[in-house]
Amino acid sequence: MSARHRNYTNYLAFLVHRISGILLALFLPVHFHVLQLALHDARAFDSFAAWAERPMVKFAEGILIVLLAGHLTGGLRLLAIEFLPWHNWQKSIVAITFGCSFAMGLVYLLNVS
Amino acid sequence: MSDQMLTVLVWRGTADKGRYIEYKVRGLENHTVLDVVTYIQRYLEPTLSYRFSCRVGMCGSCAMTVNGKPRWTCRSSVSKVAPGGKLKIAPLRSMKIIKDLSVEMSEFFDKLARAEGRFHPTSNRQNDFNHVKPDSVKRRLASDGIECIGCGICYASCDLVAWKSNYLGPAALNRAWTLVNDVRDGAHRKRLNAVAGDAGCHACHSQQGCVESCPKNLNPTASIAGLKRVTAIAVLKGELD
Repeated sequence: MSARHRNYTNYLAFLVHRISGILLALFLPVHFHVLQLALHDARAFDSFAAWAERPMVKFAEGILIVLLAGHLTGGLRLLAIEFLPWHNWQKSIVAITFGCSFAMGLVYLLNVS
Repeated sequence: MSDQMLTVLVWRGTADKGRYIEYKVRGLENHTVLDVVTYIQRYLEPTLSYRFSCRVGMCGSCAMTVNGKPRWTCRSSVSKVAPGGKLKIAPLRSMKIIKDLSVEMSEFFDKLARAEGRFHPTSNRQNDFNHVKPDSVKRRLASDGIECIGCGICYASCDLVAWKSNYLGPAALNRAWTLVNDVRDGAHRKRLNAVAGDAGCHACHSQQGCVESCPKNLNPTASIAGLKRVTAIAVLKGELD
């Protein structure tokens, strides 16, 4: 069967939640590695901090914020589905989660630029 | 769509050995997909196997995959599902193919039984009628899911069923939810145990494909969410085995 049966808004929300979760799981070991540099190797950490000041890295951090916000708001959306009375405005909820995620990324990028 | 020649690809064979065969059918404005399949079987390919009964959207037996989506073929107008005149018709997903467009639905109905989809009466003919107020909360929750006719469309559209073969599926869990809200039923605890396992309601990812595809406009995701809440409360109260 083709992917046409998956062509609807809530499936897109599912994909965003799943893919952002996988990417964040891949990011976490790198994050912990940098944290341990701060504790055990100050020179290496300073070198990394200088590298992280590059515009492309800042832009990537913005994407990371969007992923994190997307996963957070997507999780809140699932909790609302499963623990609150049903609402028929599911597409609006998805739009709100996507909007909040991009807004958080934009706020971050505006603050660092 | 005015009258035009349709290019129809139809799955022939079984899941292990089969392929799409192309047929040319003259389509009319008011043709349904079932009309097209019937034409092919009557005039072009007499050995084509498919299933139908009522032809008016009451029995659900003509469900097939049409241009990538599971549908009732008797209620799918060719002009709407194939405006370009191309149809690709396959059997329902997640069910074993018997031959061509006919699928084995035993597993689907076995899962209804495994979800305790059977009514367990608490009274008999000697008792007075049960008085259930039409506007009571439980009656309304049961009514929301009670119109399911077991066509298997939601089951075929569900990715979880495809990924996790023992998952009970939206139809079975929706049925269980209607019975959880049936105040006359006497198997509440048994049913909650049946739907609370690994293959039950908590396996649902709330993708809502079942809601998108249900021809009766039912909402199995809401029913499954209700089961998740009820089973979670039952766990906290120590009511599950």
